[in-house]
Amino acid sequence: MNQYIGKAMPRYDAQGQVSGKVRYVDDIKVPGMKCVKVLRSPVHKGVIRGLDFSKAMAVPGVVGFVTAQDIPGKNAYGRFQDMPVLAPDNRVRYRGEPIAAVVAVDQDTALEALSLVEMDIEEQTPVFDMFEAMKPGAPLVRHDSKSNLWVHYPPDITEVTMVKGQVDQGMAQADQVIEGRYSTGVQDHVPMESNVSVAYRDEMGRLVIHTVSQTIYAHLGMLCAILAMPMSQIRYIGGQVGGAFGGKNDIHTDHIAALAVLKFGYPVKYRLTREEDLQFTTKRGAFVLDFKTGVKKDGRLTACRIDIWHDTGAYAGMSPYGLEKCAMFAPGPYDFPHIKVTARTIFTNRPISSSMRGFSVINGQVASEIHMNRVAEALGMDPWELRFVNAWRDGDHGVTGYKVRGAGALEAMKKAAELAGIKLPEKLMSMSSRGRQAS
Amino acid sequence: MTHILSFTLNGAPVQALVKTSDSLLDVLREKLDVTSPKRGCDSGDCGACTVMLEGKAVRACLTCALTVEGKQVVTVEGLSHNGKLQPLQEAFVSHGGSQCGFCTSGMLVSATALLAKNPHPQRHEIAQEMSGNLCRCGCYEEITQAILDTARKGD
Repeated sequence: MNQYIGKAMPRYDAQGQVSGKVRYVDDIKVPGMKCVKVLRSPVHKGVIRGLDFSKAMAVPGVVGFVTAQDIPGKNAYGRFQDMPVLAPDNRVRYRGEPIAAVVAVDQDTALEALSLVEMDIEEQTPVFDMFEAMKPGAPLVRHDSKSNLWVHYPPDITEVTMVKGQVDQGMAQADQVIEGRYSTGVQDHVPMESNVSVAYRDEMGRLVIHTVSQTIYAHLGMLCAILAMPMSQIRYIGGQVGGAFGGKNDIHTDHIAALAVLKFGYPVKYRLTREEDLQFTTKRGAFVLDFKTGVKKDGRLTACRIDIWHDTGAYAGMSPYGLEKCAMFAPGPYDFPHIKVTARTIFTNRPISSSMRGFSVINGQVASEIHMNRVAEALGMDPWELRFVNAWRDGDHGVTGYKVRGAGALEAMKKAAELAGIKLPEKLMSMSSRGRQAS
Repeated sequence: MTHILSFTLNGAPVQALVKTSDSLLDVLREKLDVTSPKRGCDSGDCGACTVMLEGKAVRACLTCALTVEGKQVVTVEGLSHNGKLQPLQEAFVSHGGSQCGFCTSGMLVSATALLAKNPHPQRHEIAQEMSGNLCRCGCYEEITQAILDTARKGD
């Protein structure tokens, strides 16, 4: 073991990468392989009144269509099991929602077939803004729900609340209270490799799926539920991923490729073009965060009140889980005696939000750090000093009561100052994360 | 409309039956099973499909297949000889110039073309010449170091 510690080792697959030998999923070719493409909703919200495949089926080279009726198991997947594989009840809730899949000899034929599907769709009024979506009487993204708020704790609790101490008492002790609203936008992961699956039956009759999943065992379980197959009948082969960054934490192509194999028996490839990948895969969702911070004249923080709104789009993805992470860490690595955080996940008719690098924690951090600068400005205090005075020391407690161990913000800031050539006052340099009394 | 296309790929003559609308990338990947040029964007933005055409780095996805008739095309498969990596490929390994590896083929071809044209590039010249190749893992610094190191050792 010791021969590896402290040494830079070459990547285990670097030799293959630099010689062009590594096989990614899109590099796999199976004899007789057909192409899968998906018919998607052209509207942000609507009810499908009629769907006629007859003209599309007449195109030479078209094998057939897969619809929700062809799903042997559950037409739902995801961490919260709320994303349909193919529109289950003739309703679509975001532009690009999958409705049916075509299987054809090649991509040109598949695209021609999709252009000939006759779809009668009744467009309904969508809602795109979280605050509009929360108003009484707003159009419902999910027609069978009571409101556009995700129920975090059944039967009806839609708010995540985290409390430490008495926030009102903390605000009353403050010399100044500083407020601010911050918002972060939607982002795509854009890995170099777009989502793709190759699927076929092997000689034992087992279903083989070559996947770009970054969450392979969770996805295998979801596929078993969708396909109503035991794990022993699915060979789920992954590991060679051309970048993911959280975007391949949700299934985008495996389920539909697998359904095509089950229905028609041919090997298939289902690959998203760059345009499809950008438009239709999960995103980092938008956040709005309100901060209200109480502070003493000497810079000691007394209280923090945070309100968070998170836009998850038309389905939950992993957003409710990400929201809890955001709420837990939004106060930042600072010691507040009193904190209250309230957070909600809201449905809109936008693309589905789910995980992306840092997993919603950083959306809170962006707001928290900008707000800390504002607090420093209001006090007329150096922003470094405000952070040094309040940074977590060992033994401090976070909002959910967790105890901080191995705190390192002060040491990181000292090192950053050194590398940036900034000379910090001795008062700050003498502080340590090992305890507050040292300062 | 289909045509028989003949050209030289990594030093060997090849032929393929191609459609007028096929790109060089379609022909390499789908007809000739040369998979190192990657289909990253299929619109000339990402550089993952970069190949050498008559010694110049070009986007295979934007190159009409029929225009390479009789010409020399080199991909990463053609950079190493008898399984032995070129110094630039070795430098990518030792400097950690690849993570997921999806951009690596295109990066190597662009860097090979750059070093052929300019054996001792400055940092800003590398940044300029490599700007058409995207890496989302964020290996730009390691790739730059690999190119600088190869240029230094080439003396």
